[in-house]
Parts: sequence; structure tokens; C-alpha cells
Amino acid sequence: MDGRIPIAVTVNGVRKEAEVEPRLLLVHFIRENLGLTGTHVGCDTSNCSACAVLMDGRVVKACTVLAVQADDREVLTVEGLSREGKLHPVQEAFLAKHGLQCGFCTPGMLMSAYALLKWNRHPTEEEIRKGISGNICRCTGYAQIIESVQQAARSRQW
Amino acid sequence: MLPPSFEYASPKSLSEAIGLLASRGEGAKVIAGGQSLIPLLKLRLASPSLLVDINRIPGLNRIEESGDLLRIGAMTRMAEVEASALIRKDYPIIHEASEVIGDPLVRNLGTMGGNVSHGDPNNDMPAVMLALGAEFVATGPVGERTIKAGDFFMDTFTVALNHDEILTELRVPRCRPRSGGCYLKLEQKVGDFAIAGVAVQVRLTKEGECEEMGVGLAAVGPTAIKARRAEDWMRGKRPMGGEAVQELARLAADESNPSTDIRGMSAFKKQVVALLVSRAFKRAYQRAGGAS
Repeated sequence: MDGRIPIAVTVNGVRKEAEVEPRLLLVHFIRENLGLTGTHVGCDTSNCSACAVLMDGRVVKACTVLAVQADDREVLTVEGLSREGKLHPVQEAFLAKHGLQCGFCTPGMLMSAYALLKWNRHPTEEEIRKGISGNICRCTGYAQIIESVQQAARSRQW
Repeated sequence: MLPPSFEYASPKSLSEAIGLLASRGEGAKVIAGGQSLIPLLKLRLASPSLLVDINRIPGLNRIEESGDLLRIGAMTRMAEVEASALIRKDYPIIHEASEVIGDPLVRNLGTMGGNVSHGDPNNDMPAVMLALGAEFVATGPVGERTIKAGDFFMDTFTVALNHDEILTELRVPRCRPRSGGCYLKLEQKVGDFAIAGVAVQVRLTKEGECEEMGVGLAAVGPTAIKARRAEDWMRGKRPMGGEAVQELARLAADESNPSTDIRGMSAFKKQVVALLVSRAFKRAYQRAGGAS
């Protein structure tokens, strides 16, 4: 059991194989092994969710999951939202409603918003606030983020 | 931050997992949802030589009533508890706690078994299990044994599991007529640990007396606390008027032992306990069908 462990993770629909140390965090696997730097490392202490990704359809903190735990699972990162060069309606809504200031929290916000809308296509404002309550925007731009999610919920282009 | 190096195993059966724990002694540690353990590893507050990941063991994830019990598999995610119609309807005390643990991302991975077996006095579910009079099933090399929640929380991060045992199920007395419960938590911000958390469960006689009474306290002592003196005092009483509830709240606050820290002074937290016990009791009492 010593040393590296082989894993195969389906990331944004593509199967990725690697041998990793058990202590490697999923977020580092995504950023450093796969070069997908859209997933951000914010606090690295499980507080801010800038590193949010979907694993088997549920949004999780990639800094609080081991890469070996993602073996044989499906991971969706912010890079996987767009299709054929076209932004996802959630991304379009953040663009239209100015749902970002510095942009650092945005990938995580997008993934939490996407996960929320996947389970609940017509959330109330309170449900949106609860849905993104794990994601911290250090610019405190929450009002426009909530409007962005509302706009995304209205979109018919899903 | 990288955790320290460790070996990793992902057994496919309970017996394989227990075998690994038994053969490796104290250096092996079970990882369930990992939402407490991985942060601890990164801070180097834990440094196990082997992590035994129980996420791929089938059969540990369920919510079902059978006989006199509600049985919750240890690997049931907090988000699944939160979404359960049965829990929402018949066990509001569990539902209310499941909604305020960590944040939505933590709840997607965090498990019921992990929340109690971690032994963190700041966790919410231990207080709920104490109020409900729950039992936990520990599975080890010689089979299963049950441990009363009241005997489980021994010290900070120390519970009554042997190093080669895995908590596999939480057993709660099945919902009965004229019973009700409530969990209330005061927190500084979403996702934070409680300043204080209070769980109250009550069952009334037909005449409206408190027949069964459970009070659990979170984040106000070295472990989750079962406020036994408060429970004993209230049993057999008919809580008419405000005085009985006031005395219940005073006794529970007296049994809490909060430390002064970033979340407040000890004396303040005791006042919070008294206030929350009073509010939680009133709600639990109403849910049990008692007159307001």
C-alpha cells in the first residue's frame, strides 16, 4: 500500500489517469496535474469554497477531498460548464448581471449556483441565499450574485 | 497546505475495514465524509499512518423505520438527512440540526456517523442524539455492540469506540404520539460552530405532563452534554405558566461548562443556553401537542 496509488477520474467528461500520493488534495490534482486552473485555492481551510467542483453531481470543496477519493468518480469543474465555446446560461447570467467584482470566488459561485439550479430550477431568493451560503465573496458582492442566479433560473437555454 | 504523508486503503467490505484497523492499531484512522478530518490533517493536528476510507463500503447509507427504531446508516450524508421527508415530518429535531451543520458543500459529504464519532464538542448532532436517547451501533472484530449516546462522549475528541471498531448505525427511538423536539443554534455566521446549541425532546402524557424529557447541549463544554438534572426535574411536571420552563432553563445552563473564547465569554454563553433551552422547550412542547 506504500507510495502512489493509481486513479482514474472522469473530469469534464474526459477520463484522466494518474498515480498520486494519497495526501494529494483533489484541488491540487485538478490544478497541477491536469492544468485546469479555473478551480481556485482560496482559503485552503474549508471555509470559502472558491475551490468548489461537482463530484458525482454534488457540489463539494475540492480542498477537502483527497484525489484518491475521486477515483472512479465524475468531476465537473468550471471549465466543463461551457459547451463548444459557448458560455453556460449560469455564466451568461453572471456576465449580464455583474455577478463578480475581483472574480476570485466566481468559479466556486458558478459551481454552487449550477448545482443549486440543477436540483431546484425555480429557487426562491431565500433558497438561493442558502444555496450559496457556503461560498464567500470577499468583495461582498452578494446582491448582484443573487440577481445573477435569479437571472440564470429564468434562462430558457439550459 | 498538504497533509502529512499517510497510507490509504479503500476497503470494499466492513470486515476488511475492521481487519485493517485491528492489524494497524492506534495509527489507523477511519475517514468518512472527511469534512472534519481533512482540515485537521492539513493543520497537522492529526497524523495517522493509515487512512481507512469507508466511503466504498455498501450498506451503510440508509434512513428507515423498523420496529421501535429509526435507523440511520452511519454513512448517510447530512444533505440526505436534510432532504428526507420522513425526518422532516417526524423528527424535526434532527432535521433542524441537519440544516445548520457546516454549509451546503460540507453537508454534501459530511456524514451522520462522522458527526458523532469525531467527538468534537462543537458538533451539533451529538446534542441531538443525547436529547433523543439514541444508541450507536459499533461494529468490531467480534461483531456488533450498542452504546448509549449518554455513555458515548467521553472527552474532547474521545468517544467510546475501540480503535478497531467502526460506528455503523445510529438508532433513535421511533417517533411516538404526543412527542416533539427542537434544535436551536446561535452562530456568528453560516458554517461556523455554535456559540451554543440546544436540543430538546419531550413526550407528554394524555394529561399534558412531561413523561419523557431529553436535553442535549452543544459547544458549551469539553463534550456534548446531557443535562440530566434539568431532564429529571422536568419529568412528571406539567409546564403551565413560565416558571417551570424558567427553572428547566436555569438548571440546564447550570450544567453547561462553556469556555471563554472568540465566540463569547463563558457567562454570556450560559445565558444563551438558558434562553435557547426555554425557546426550544416551548417549540418542542407545542409540537408534542401541548397547549401553548
